[in-house]
Parts: sequence; C-alpha cells; structure tokens
Amino acid sequence: MAVEMLSYIDKKSPIHSLTGATKLICLLLWSFTAMLTYDTRILLFLFVASIVIFKISKIKLKEVSFVLLLILTFLMLNNIAIYLFSPQEGVGIYGTKHVLWDLPGRYDLTAEQIFYQINITLKYFVVIPAALLFMVTTQPSEFASSLNRIGVSYRIAYSVAIALRYIPDIQRDYRNIALAQQARGIDLSRKEKLSRRLKNAAAIIVPLIFSSLERIEVISNSMDLRGFGKNKKRTWYRARPFKVGDYMAITFLTVLFIVSIIVTFHDGNRFYNPF
Amino acid sequence: MNAKLATKTIVAIGIGTAVFVILNRFAAIPSGIPNTNIQTSYAFLALMAIVFGPLAGLLIGLIGHALTDFVVWGSVWWSWVVVSAFVGLVIGLFSKSVNIEEGEFGRKQIISFNIGQVVAQGVGWFLLAPILDILIYAEPANKVFVQGLIAGTSNIVTVGVIGTILLLAYAKTRSKSNSLDIEA
Repeated sequence: MAVEMLSYIDKKSPIHSLTGATKLICLLLWSFTAMLTYDTRILLFLFVASIVIFKISKIKLKEVSFVLLLILTFLMLNNIAIYLFSPQEGVGIYGTKHVLWDLPGRYDLTAEQIFYQINITLKYFVVIPAALLFMVTTQPSEFASSLNRIGVSYRIAYSVAIALRYIPDIQRDYRNIALAQQARGIDLSRKEKLSRRLKNAAAIIVPLIFSSLERIEVISNSMDLRGFGKNKKRTWYRARPFKVGDYMAITFLTVLFIVSIIVTFHDGNRFYNPF
Repeated sequence: MNAKLATKTIVAIGIGTAVFVILNRFAAIPSGIPNTNIQTSYAFLALMAIVFGPLAGLLIGLIGHALTDFVVWGSVWWSWVVVSAFVGLVIGLFSKSVNIEEGEFGRKQIISFNIGQVVAQGVGWFLLAPILDILIYAEPANKVFVQGLIAGTSNIVTVGVIGTILLLAYAKTRSKSNSLDIEA
C-alpha cells in the first residue's frame, strides 16, 4: 500500500532559492512553449536545457526514478497505440512518403512516421523534467502563496493550500478504512466479480467521504471563527520578495517563449519539415 | 464572484481535492480490461458538485486532476484536466434541480442527476478530450476518440452506479424539509 508519491525534496540550490511564484510562472511559460511548438529544433533545445536545469537543481535521478519509470512505460504504450491506430499519420503531416520497410496492409514503416513519433515523445520529454522539478523544489505552502502572487484569488489559493495540507491525512484515513474493511472480508481485487467489486468499493469510499465531509464542517467553522475571508487581501507566512535571480529566470523564459513562437510559426506551420 | 465564495465552499474545494487525489491514486478498481481502471474518484466528484455547486465541481475537477497528474506522473495532461473541470462544472449545474439538501433523493432526483452526469461526461470524454488531444498534442484522431470512448463509457457507468449510491447515502444524513408534523 505504501505507494510512493512525489513531494518536496529539501536541498540548497539556485533552483530551490527561487521564489515559488517565479517557478510557477516559469513552469507555465515552459509548458505553453512545449505545448504550442512542434518544431523539432526547439524541442531538442528545450530538452537539452531541461537537463541542464535539472543538473543545477542538484536533484538526483535516483530520487525521481520511480516516476520516470512510470512515464517511460506510458510513453511506450502511447507510441505503440499511435502506430496501431494511425501508422501513416506522419505521412499526412509531412506530405511525403519514404517507405523504409514494407509491411502488410497500411502498416508500412515510413521515415515520416518515425520522425513524427519521435517528435511526440520529445514533446512529453520536454514538459516532464520541468514539471517534476517544480514539484520537488517548491514547498507546498509556498506554492499556495505563489498562486496568490500571480493573480489567483487568495480564497482559491487557500483551497489549494488546504488540499496539499490534507492529502497525507486523508491518505492515512483511506488506508485505515481499507484495511479495516478488508479484515471484514471485503475484496477489491480481480478475484471478485465486477458488480461485487463496485459494491465493495463503495463500502470503503462511503466512510472515507463522510468523514471528509465532517472535516469540512470542522475546518470551515474554525476558519470562520478566526475571521477568514473578512479582508480583501491576506499575507502569507511563506511569501518571499523577488531577487535578481527571479527576474533573470522570468526574463529568460519570456524570451525563450517569444523566440520559439516566432521560429515555430514563421513558415505558417507548427511542424518542422526536414523531408 | 469571489466576495460570495463562502468559507465552507473554499474548504470543500480543498478537502474535496485531497479526497479526489487519494481516490484517483488508490481506489481505482481494475475492470478486467487491461489499462482501464474504474475511477471511483468521478463518482465522488459528482457528489461534491451536486452538494456544493458548479464552482466547487469545476475547481475540484481542475485542481484535483492537475494535482494527481503532478504527484503521479510529475507532469500534467492539460487536455484531460480541462475535461475533469468541465464534468464537475456541468454536473454542478444540476445541483439546483436535484437539491440534495432537502433530504429527498427519490426517482425524480436520481433521473435528473443521471441525465446531468451522462450529458456532462458524454460531451467531456467523447468530444472535448479527443479534440483537445488533437489540438495540443496532434495525436491521431481515431486513437484519441477510441480512448475517449473507453474512458467515457467506464466513467459514466461508475458515476451512474457509485455516484447514485453515494448521493442516496448522503441524502439520508440530511433531515427532510417536511419532516416536522403539526401536532393537534
């Protein structure tokens, strides 16, 4: 049951010392860049850059390897699925057809398809390290304050803070309830019939949900008693002022974003075509 | 809009998100078809949307799904996150017609809840998810439509069964609005 989850890893590095707001803005810019472009040159550049940033952050590969393994499995399955469903997608996009290997039916292996699938994989690879880094180098409570900093209403930022604060508690509740119900013979595995499994799942999540609904009452009452939401603004214990590094990081990412958009769209097509 | 956001809704969004993440992570039931799990978390999302309204549904879907992706995958699949938010929002729009706080959850409410969830998830998984996948990731159309079809069907069934059970249980904890009799 002890499934690993990603969480904050405390270290001293230039990335850690950036404020949460900076990292959030950078992550958003980075994701938008990677989402919009399909230009292989930019994707490659972003990929190399993300490896460099990863090095700077002093996070070891070992510390996040369980997630990487999961992602690699997903990417492999995804690639196989794409090929099964649409083996000539690349031909459609790039407009030419170089057959490398004759296969039955429409499954001819083409250079275009390989290039297209490399691009898709690269696209995921570019986003993943950045998001991973954000997750492991930002303290949860600083994350909430940084949401507020970039313009999200503090009430909603506070919801996020509550969510991050209570995930471990609810995980513990879930485990207690699940073990107690399993001790009474409730089975969720493949051994049971599907209809039975659904009913058994309800036996675990109903108590979990009702205890959580009670929590909502208790927490919101105590917040009301302390006058939460009375003022238009609130201060954050974890908020830090911007430093030189923060401005540098944001400027760098903004330039990167603009340049990549120009390079991607200057020929009127999202795809870089080497054929 | 924010001035009206009650403390209770804020907390409901927070705790709801946490429960959503945990259910997504741990309470997925293997369906027998490889790589397709029955996500109990959407039944919970439907409950929260009906009880706390469209804004709570929207935000629990949005933050909950994004956070799950973050802690599990380390990165976010925005196209499907948007769909979760959309499903929460649309089911939440039916909260008025179900009006669960009255403690009444009979045939009429069950039907209107299920119409709501089928509409929300049908549009979300069968149309919105594949279209966003194509726009953002340029994945092949037939692949993403099949994925959406599988995920959508399993989620509609799950919410139909478990969501209805949850709402029935919740309605029992509310006192009925007409439960008091005048004694002669």
